[in-house]
Amino acid sequence: MDLMKNTQQGPFLSLMTGLPGGGKTFLGILLAAALLVPVLNIFVPESSSLHVPTYLVSLFGKYLCFALLALSVDLIWGYCGILSLGHGAFFALGGYAMGMYLMRQIGDRGVYGNPELPDFMVFLNWTELPWYWYGFDMFPFALLMVVLVPGILAFVFGWFAFRARVTGVYLSIITQAMTYALLLAFFRNDMGFGGNNGLTDFKDILGFDLQADGTRLGLFVASILALALGYLISSFITQSKLGRVLIAIRDAESRTRFSGYRVEYYKLFVFVVSAVLAGIAGALYVPQVGIINPSEFSPANSIEVVIWVAVGGRGTLWGAVLGAVLVNWGKSYFTGAFPDAWLYLLGGLFVFTTLFLPKGIVGTSGIWIEKFKNLRQSDPPLAPRSPVVKED
Amino acid sequence: MTSQPVSAPADFPSILYLDGVSVSFDGFKALNNLSFFIEPGEMRAIIGPNGAGKTTMMDVITGKTRPDEGMVFFKNEIDLTKHDEAFIANLGIGRKFQKPTVFESQSVFHNLELSLKEDKSVMKTLFAALNDAQLARIMEVLKIIRLEEKATWLAGELSHGQKQWLEIGMLLMQDPDLLLVDEPVAGMTDAETEQTADLLREISSTHSVVVVEHDMEFVRALNTKVTVLHEGSVLAEGSLDTVQNNQRVIDVYLGR
Repeated sequence: MDLMKNTQQGPFLSLMTGLPGGGKTFLGILLAAALLVPVLNIFVPESSSLHVPTYLVSLFGKYLCFALLALSVDLIWGYCGILSLGHGAFFALGGYAMGMYLMRQIGDRGVYGNPELPDFMVFLNWTELPWYWYGFDMFPFALLMVVLVPGILAFVFGWFAFRARVTGVYLSIITQAMTYALLLAFFRNDMGFGGNNGLTDFKDILGFDLQADGTRLGLFVASILALALGYLISSFITQSKLGRVLIAIRDAESRTRFSGYRVEYYKLFVFVVSAVLAGIAGALYVPQVGIINPSEFSPANSIEVVIWVAVGGRGTLWGAVLGAVLVNWGKSYFTGAFPDAWLYLLGGLFVFTTLFLPKGIVGTSGIWIEKFKNLRQSDPPLAPRSPVVKED
Repeated sequence: MTSQPVSAPADFPSILYLDGVSVSFDGFKALNNLSFFIEPGEMRAIIGPNGAGKTTMMDVITGKTRPDEGMVFFKNEIDLTKHDEAFIANLGIGRKFQKPTVFESQSVFHNLELSLKEDKSVMKTLFAALNDAQLARIMEVLKIIRLEEKATWLAGELSHGQKQWLEIGMLLMQDPDLLLVDEPVAGMTDAETEQTADLLREISSTHSVVVVEHDMEFVRALNTKVTVLHEGSVLAEGSLDTVQNNQRVIDVYLGR
């Protein structure tokens, strides 16, 4: 039986022999986009209908960052039942770490021409760089912070929350409080992160002009690679025995404890991994949109991410990605076409999903496919069931 | 209770030893100075009316609830009141819940795999792969709990009785020295009840087992020593016939 073979192979081999439901197709699409989009952007003339304009490249680059954020939320919510309503905070922290690097790259090209201090610090009459800005002129250091800052915050937050056995709606509420507290903190000018204006006016990254088409393509491809890597890491985790422990925690937490698993450590592990993925998403997002400000910490943002995941299908990794891209594509379209209607549409979409697609687009279509297969089989009752389709 | 000795008396061997255990919830004494012990290899049935403290007793032994007073010793030396559920489970105490609790969205096979006795730290679990001996053990337990045919079924698709067996199978995978089984035949058909009694007798030949039960017929079928709990302490102890003829037991069961 496949089931047992996979379990015996361990996570490395089973990831190679079979990605869960549609995973290979998904990675194929990502790879194709990474190869095709640059070609269609550079080599196809603008007059052709196949030409991909740079603004679209950037737009989709942004969606890919959202997709990685959605993936990170799906990993903890879909597989471990941790509903974080504050994941935007980790995204924003990763974004700020990248923003600080980009600010330092401006050098003396700012309005005030100060080679050491970013414009907003000169404006506040600060004379020297605060200590926590040290090192951000170096790209590797900034990258390290992109991973470390969200990771450490998630570790400390999770350490207290999971050890105190805070679960369910109470955990959701404190994650909201966490992101809201950070929102208020980053609004303050004396925090040294640019107050409510945030960080902007970026010039270049690693010496490449941020406005140049080539840089935008590069960031797009980097976002695809980050998403693909995030997907592989998440698949590895969910395919492993640890993934099955996470599902066990989601479905029957105390049974899992009595089976000998320290539930809090498992939650902590996956929460930190998820926060790091969210931070990387934020770091790729900021150079593509050219700004990071405290509004990224707003609780509403984090709730929107949960809607993306629910629409796509929680507990199906690429469903979260699909949900993020579809909802954001809808947002871009509708906020242009009917600016006043968007929030109602988003709310309506969530209600519709909850009522009619409780498992999201991917989960629900998976059930239909399963039913169709069973109809065609002569003896359905004993057909082995796919463990991928979950009963809630 | 500070004058109590720090370890249980060693002059007789016990797998489980409770001494003066009290637990109260909002002033209600769920356990009131409860003391008894189980010998290694023994099977014991614990009966008592609703609210007698049977489930609270299980919670105390498995680390879910901390007692206000008293001591609980495992194998005469380990004080269970100082440890959490996961530690106690890995120590060798398995627990079966009253309502069958299995991992419903995972296959029967994976339910057993998750219950395997092995290092359950995060990193070990992330890279875990079944070896042949472990696979063989899972197959063996599948046979014992009569679910070989349903290994690939989701646990949620099993009947009530099959879920109870699966949970017992999960305990067997843990290979505990002591099994705590809470109402294993609740909601079972007569045939299933009989099979479950067989299963538990078989298990008790190699493990110490504590069975909490309401069903007198089932307790009779187990044919073992019985402890009667009432209002959080031991009311009577002995064979089923002895306790059924005990006047205090008759008063408690019929007197209200």
